[in-house]
Amino acid sequence: MRANEMNQTLVNIFFALASVACIFPFLLLFVASFSSEQSIITKGYSLVPSEFSLEAYKYLWNNFDAIGRSYGITVFITAVGTTAGLFISALLAYPLSRTDMPLKNTLSFIVFFTMLFNGGLVPTYLIYTEVFHIKNTLWALIIPGLLTNGFFILLIRTFFRTSIPKEIIESAYIDGASEFKIFFRIVMPLSLPILATIGLMLGIGYWNDWFNGLIYITDSKLFSLQNLLNRMLQNIQFLQQTNLDGRAQAANIPTNAVRMAMAVIGIVPILLLYPFFQRFFVKGLTIGAVKG
Amino acid sequence: MAQTWRKAWKTFWRYKALFLMLVPGMVYLFINNYLPMFGLTIAFKEINYAKGIWGSDWIGWKNFEFLFMTRDAWRITRNTILYNAVFIVLNTVMAIGVAILLNEVRKKFLARFYQSVLLLPYLISMVIVGYLVLAMLNLENGFMNKIILPAFGLDPISWYTKPEYWPYILTIVNLWKNIGYLCIIYLAAIVGIDQEYYEAATIDGATKWQQIRSITVPLLMPTIIILTLLAIGRIFYADFGLFYQVPLNSGPLQPTTDVIDTYVYRALITLGDIGMSSAAGFYQSMVGFVLVLVSNLIVRLKDKDQALF
Repeated sequence: MRANEMNQTLVNIFFALASVACIFPFLLLFVASFSSEQSIITKGYSLVPSEFSLEAYKYLWNNFDAIGRSYGITVFITAVGTTAGLFISALLAYPLSRTDMPLKNTLSFIVFFTMLFNGGLVPTYLIYTEVFHIKNTLWALIIPGLLTNGFFILLIRTFFRTSIPKEIIESAYIDGASEFKIFFRIVMPLSLPILATIGLMLGIGYWNDWFNGLIYITDSKLFSLQNLLNRMLQNIQFLQQTNLDGRAQAANIPTNAVRMAMAVIGIVPILLLYPFFQRFFVKGLTIGAVKG
Repeated sequence: MAQTWRKAWKTFWRYKALFLMLVPGMVYLFINNYLPMFGLTIAFKEINYAKGIWGSDWIGWKNFEFLFMTRDAWRITRNTILYNAVFIVLNTVMAIGVAILLNEVRKKFLARFYQSVLLLPYLISMVIVGYLVLAMLNLENGFMNKIILPAFGLDPISWYTKPEYWPYILTIVNLWKNIGYLCIIYLAAIVGIDQEYYEAATIDGATKWQQIRSITVPLLMPTIIILTLLAIGRIFYADFGLFYQVPLNSGPLQPTTDVIDTYVYRALITLGDIGMSSAAGFYQSMVGFVLVLVSNLIVRLKDKDQALF
């Protein structure tokens, strides 16, 4: 068999190049954040910093209030949103998974239809702002669009239906356990794999979300990390204008380096955790991508 | 009659706890998904905040007349469909190629490493992608203008004001961001192929290339067709993040970067033109819905089990 294998050297060279293409922009960003503003202006972003400097990070440290707050908001909405979303999804998925549940097909269709058709941005925006007055509240970062969706609910339903033996639920019921007790004591503990996977996808969704902040949040005190990054990317003057620490700023903010340093502190947590959740992430991507 | 009601009530009472469990999720889907669907009727109204969303006056097709009188309607439709068509073809071909190669890597830890690295761009938000592209393309100090172009003796290019380059830039960025994800899905399908086919082919003296052409690709066909048809069903929806963050919302780039989603966003949030944005959104929702139904119908005719419904 060995003779019929592809040339491993060539294959490895290909993937080495592909890996460089994937990592290179990150390296550029990382190096730029440790370069002095002057060297960025004269030499441009490069892989070898011509002048090492921590001024960008010093600037961020001096603005700890604003940056720490946005970090806190991101951590808060990620924790609350993921937990709530997971509960709501599992609670809805469980009755739909029960073969004896009345109206289960109609109810499943109500969930499924949300995957086929949606109202789009304008009605969603108007309903959340005009009916629920969600603008410039923390709710806006947690509720619209992110909390759960039909796809996640149906994935959990399929897991419940295929991986939890009906007999366990029935015998628990006959023994007098209430439906809620069965759900929390038997169904949930047996479903940790799917809950971990969906929880991770929800969590990444919250951590990376900038869209809700873009349309619902104008008060910079409520910016999540991604919104702060977004604002600094679209508008380089944002740093000077907002006067992050409330004091009068020196005119020469290392804008280019600071931008890159902000992006670095936005990526680092996810990169550090990536090796640990990678397995679940891959599972979350492949599960249900193609049915069956 | 009374008896049927009593029976229905009894069933409901027996399952009351399960019905209670449905409530939070159903309320959420009602608010987040169903209310906006009914809200699509806004496109036929002249929104007056004093009268509220539901109480505003009907104006028939006026908003649509305004929308389709502009040249924007054609431009955003063309851009959305063309970009998505290119993405579907290019991403699929590249992802299958990379997945086949990844499956050939013999050292398991290397294969896992490559897979993790290729997936990295998929993990980060589009805002960060915007920063990475800016580091490459910045006019004064970007990597392209400072290092690459001078190395070939070329003048710096003002990337963020020259629309002609963006079809290529956005295609590359999209490929860079999504290839890891698509590759993993195809890899899962390749791993599922029965090894006996390859063993038999090897005994018959088939080369690796012949095996790929006659075994791997044909056996991947169902997956390819399903994923492609589903993507065609979504061809009217653009990746808002890609078209909004990566070109930095730059005005001069709009001829080649404006898609339906960015148009709706700009009309609504920046210009506050509810009529125009709701008409464009309605147009997208309806055509999008029809395309989803049609592509699913085709999937269903081909292979009933793979259809969404």
